[in-house]
Amino acid sequence: MKKVMTRLGLALLSTTMIAGTASAETIRWARASDALTLDPHSQNQGVTHNFAHHIYETLVDRDEEGTLQPRLATEWELKEDDPTVWVFRLREGVTFHDGAEFTAEDVVFSLDRARSEASNMRQLHVEVAEVRAVDDYTVEVQMTGPSPLYPNNLTNTFIMDKDWSEANDVVEVQDYAAGEDNYAVRNTNGTGPYILQSREVDVRSVLTLNENHWAEDTPAVTEIIYLPIADNATRIAALLSGEVDLVQDVPVQDIERLQATQGVKIETGPENRVIYFGYRFGEEPLASSNVTDANPFNDPRVREAMELAVDRDAIAQVVMRGQALPTGVANPPFVAGWTEELNAYPAVDLERAQELMNEAGYENGFTVTLDTPNNRYVNDEAISQAVVGMLGRIGINVTLASRPVAQHSPLVTNNQTDFYLLGWGVPTFDSAYVFNDLVHTKEGSYGAYNGGLYSNPELDAKIQSLGTETDMEVRDATVAEIWQTVKEERVLLPIHNQVLAYAMRDDITLPVHPENQPLLTSLTFAD
Amino acid sequence: MLAFIIRRLAQSVLVMLFVALIAFVVFRYVGDPIASMVGVETRLEDQAIMRDRLGLNDPVIWQFLRFIGNAMQGEFGISYRLQQPVTELILSRLPATLELAFASATIAMVFGLTLGVFTALKPKSFLTGFVMAVSLIGVSLPTFLIGIGLIYIFAVELGWFPSFGRGETVQIGAWRTGLLTESGLRSLVLPAITLSLFQLTLIMRLVRAEMLEVLRTEYIRFARARGLSQRAIHFGHALKNTLVPVITITGLQLGSVIAFAIVTETVFQWPGVGSLFIVSVQVVDVPVMAAYLMFIALVFVLINLIVDILYYVVDPRLRVDAGSGK
Repeated sequence: MKKVMTRLGLALLSTTMIAGTASAETIRWARASDALTLDPHSQNQGVTHNFAHHIYETLVDRDEEGTLQPRLATEWELKEDDPTVWVFRLREGVTFHDGAEFTAEDVVFSLDRARSEASNMRQLHVEVAEVRAVDDYTVEVQMTGPSPLYPNNLTNTFIMDKDWSEANDVVEVQDYAAGEDNYAVRNTNGTGPYILQSREVDVRSVLTLNENHWAEDTPAVTEIIYLPIADNATRIAALLSGEVDLVQDVPVQDIERLQATQGVKIETGPENRVIYFGYRFGEEPLASSNVTDANPFNDPRVREAMELAVDRDAIAQVVMRGQALPTGVANPPFVAGWTEELNAYPAVDLERAQELMNEAGYENGFTVTLDTPNNRYVNDEAISQAVVGMLGRIGINVTLASRPVAQHSPLVTNNQTDFYLLGWGVPTFDSAYVFNDLVHTKEGSYGAYNGGLYSNPELDAKIQSLGTETDMEVRDATVAEIWQTVKEERVLLPIHNQVLAYAMRDDITLPVHPENQPLLTSLTFAD
Repeated sequence: MLAFIIRRLAQSVLVMLFVALIAFVVFRYVGDPIASMVGVETRLEDQAIMRDRLGLNDPVIWQFLRFIGNAMQGEFGISYRLQQPVTELILSRLPATLELAFASATIAMVFGLTLGVFTALKPKSFLTGFVMAVSLIGVSLPTFLIGIGLIYIFAVELGWFPSFGRGETVQIGAWRTGLLTESGLRSLVLPAITLSLFQLTLIMRLVRAEMLEVLRTEYIRFARARGLSQRAIHFGHALKNTLVPVITITGLQLGSVIAFAIVTETVFQWPGVGSLFIVSVQVVDVPVMAAYLMFIALVFVLINLIVDILYYVVDPRLRVDAGSGK
């Protein structure tokens, strides 16, 4: 009541946009959507993980540069005489929120739960054969074969308490089909820096500092009020009126205005996500084209002409208002295998592009349909619109088909598109993740998002070797070779890497996290 | 009477079934729930397993029958998005929507009536011209624009009211109310005004038209001739007789206020069933969408049923017709 009155008074008296602030340690944190569930193994989804990271903890974690950091595990290495076994040494003296001690059996239990049938985290643990506790603070993970990069898959696999899970009957991950309500969906018991106090789904969640947390530095933020606000304009209005302190999902068109607003500041940084176009390969004519006797995209000259006609800088400046990093490779800069040379992209050259089109026999151009999502990536539809215009300059007459991601995604996975926009994040921070799904021939578990059906047996063999190669130098060389071929053959048409922007009141600072999963423990207050 | 009600009830059930069927057909085209649930980086075989677990591979007619069977028992399944029982979710969101709907209906009634009577009694006043002009804007501006405008003026610039949410709430039994706290009441102001504007102008114009009509009738002239006071004529005789159609319209509009609070709830992040529905549509959360549509159909069917029965009670002519099947 008193706070409300003070705020009201301040708002009436002052002419600034920011009306009053909560106590120094409380942060009101607004996002576009709420965490889907509190069950840490039920959903593999960014917003849900981001929230869970405050309550639960993982064995290893990523910092703002994207490098692996110890969290509940202090050291990890391949077993000396056996490259198929990972050994994790656990942090001692860690307790769960209910006071129970954290030991190896909790890790064994949690990893087994995460790779169980009903878990959506299981894809990250398919190569695990067995998890066993060696002693109270050592865990061995037996892989089915050499898996040199397995720790990369652990950054979102949270550790639960075995006894708590058994006591509350949540040993199994919630099964939708069974139609039952799982205790872990709404209750938590983690080891993390914050404890859940209350939660109203889609309305507000309150977290308070865990006084017994193992970390030496106490976070500056002692209370987090998490507020999902779906509407873009309302979310920004709430920041401007001082009702929230931090907005994580800032619409691109508002960034400039917010930067000019007193009392508010913007932090930006690259996201681990590349936006690219894919096209259909193979001899078969395109379903949506007026060229009925050949597939124009299959001609390397056409692909080169398209690359020369697409003005990435213009897209970054005009469509993205400067909030994008144009790129010549479908690989975000955080990912191992990225280099400056790969990232370079050719300058726009319409004359040369037209020459190439003429050489390929398409003096009069051709028609094709471009499928684009309209609610998945930043300005996804607008990017596609811009590209339609750019390709029109060399006679490629593109029809735009725009759909919500729920309808767009099946087109790509079912190969029902000739030309499409997609974004790709790389949670493992390793190039193999890109190759497996986008470059490898579509067969078995490979090439799931290779909607253009590109196929190169030579590359396939190299890609498969990455999964088991334990000599890092050899592996890096292979990665470089594959990227070289992918770039030369123009398997994909990369446009840019997305940039993330957080808006906050100007006396706090929260650095941008490349996976858009900032921990509020890293938030600092200005003195 | 009983036969009439039973026939109406049977028709209502048919309507509900029809809504369910249409909803189910439409759901086939809103997209793949798996695609929005798991994010693009999930492997296809994991998606296939999930699709199977959710029963999405069964034939549509089988899914439909299963849905109807469960719905009969008040069981709408588990939300794909939030993994909570849908019935529970909707019931927990309902108080917010109902409070907002009744608050805005009250505003619309009180101001609509007052302004309607005023503009009818003083047709030449400058204020009447002004109110009529402004009411045109109220009818023609889309709700989200009004909402954003109000947020900008009263939350961002003036800081008088919160821009989003429901403020602090108090749980009374199963009902979570925002009417008992100061922040709850303050939060209610902007969304209630936004939602009421359309109904307000509608009621105002309706009252004004009816009132002008009634004021020209013979019995009002007689009343004047008898020398009754202006007050007694206007409010005792004229207004009373304009109220019958107004009450009908308002009653029916209450249904649409509940149903179409969707936009207002989204703009103000009001945690009601409307905003729950919008989020569910975005991620193709079929169980919630289905339950919501059934709920809205039920609201309309119930209100229509009540209005029908009221007519029956009020209007003796219907009773004669009842036998002939109308």
